[in-house]
Amino acid sequence: MSELHTVNKSPFEKSSFDSCMEHALEGSAVLLYEDGVYAAIKGSAAEGKVKMAQGVKFYALGPDLRARGLSDERVTDGIEIVDYAGFVDLAAEHDKVVAWV
Amino acid sequence: MAEQIKNFLYLNRRAPYGTIYAWESLEVVLIGAAFDQKVSLAFLDDGVFQIVKGQDTKGVEMKNFSPTYSALGDYDVNQLYVERESLEERGLSIDDLMHLTWEDEDEDWAEKDSIRVVSRAELARIIEQQDVVFSF
Amino acid sequence: MKFAIQVNEGPYQHQATDSAYLFTRAALEKGHEIFRVFFYHDGVGNGTRLTTPPQDDRHIVNRWADLAEKHDLDLVVCVAAAQRRGMVDDGEAERNGKDATNIHPKFRISGLGQLIEAAVQSDRLVVFGD
Repeated sequence: MSELHTVNKSPFEKSSFDSCMEHALEGSAVLLYEDGVYAAIKGSAAEGKVKMAQGVKFYALGPDLRARGLSDERVTDGIEIVDYAGFVDLAAEHDKVVAWV
Repeated sequence: MAEQIKNFLYLNRRAPYGTIYAWESLEVVLIGAAFDQKVSLAFLDDGVFQIVKGQDTKGVEMKNFSPTYSALGDYDVNQLYVERESLEERGLSIDDLMHLTWEDEDEDWAEKDSIRVVSRAELARIIEQQDVVFSF
Repeated sequence: MKFAIQVNEGPYQHQATDSAYLFTRAALEKGHEIFRVFFYHDGVGNGTRLTTPPQDDRHIVNRWADLAEKHDLDLVVCVAAAQRRGMVDDGEAERNGKDATNIHPKFRISGLGQLIEAAVQSDRLVVFGD
């Protein structure tokens, strides 16, 4: 079954992102939102983990990026930016949602 | 509509007492046990601290809810997965955990262990197999 | 598709409730059904009618209530969590001898079974928390 994992914590403060990365299987998706979008910053310590995740698709919530002054160019290549409607689509497309709160 | 049986997993990643999440999560498990779903619990990250034995809350004047985990077997909640790496990272082993058991009606009420220590990779697969994952 | 929404955090303190609201609204706009929004832990604070934010801020409680009015949403506050945190409706006030109530009329207080039922009946459970 395919999973949508959601991460809403900064990877620099909490372990949620790391824990999610260690449990996300090939074929699953990870949505970064709220403070989780800080894991989407290009050149950050989180970038390597995003790039290393084999077969995992990454998304970041645009409204949360913009609220935090992060333009699209600051986002790690390969991470797709979605809005709330896109969040809903992701939740619907995957068999379940796993929240790493 | 036909009665649906779903696989429910409760994802426990938080330590007890510092916040109420662990205790209120356990309340959901107890209520949910009445619903005839297939229930399992996963303890990973700081969640493994929830089932450490010897909890004594007298000094902090909070309710010690750890005995409730021992009652889970009576509610037919007997699939408790504990992540090995989470234990090791915290300097713990299975011997530091409460001995949680259940009685198997099909085998003349034989006492069996509820806890199964699994690797991180195994737990990832267990999460994958669920229909619903609760996070608190 | 049928969604169940679980909100674990109170209003204003944490963005979880804002995210839950915006997700719920987007899902409704896309024609999905919201089976129930269940408020747990400090999330029960989303249901107090006494909330009075500054005029230039969003009114989180009324925003939920307006969405409920428009889409006939079932907004459920967990009774066990509510009792601990002083969220009271008429029934609870009477049972526990309280002299006031604070639940917003668009919310209702009910048991944890409502969360389990929502998870059973819905296609997806989406959890918003800390």
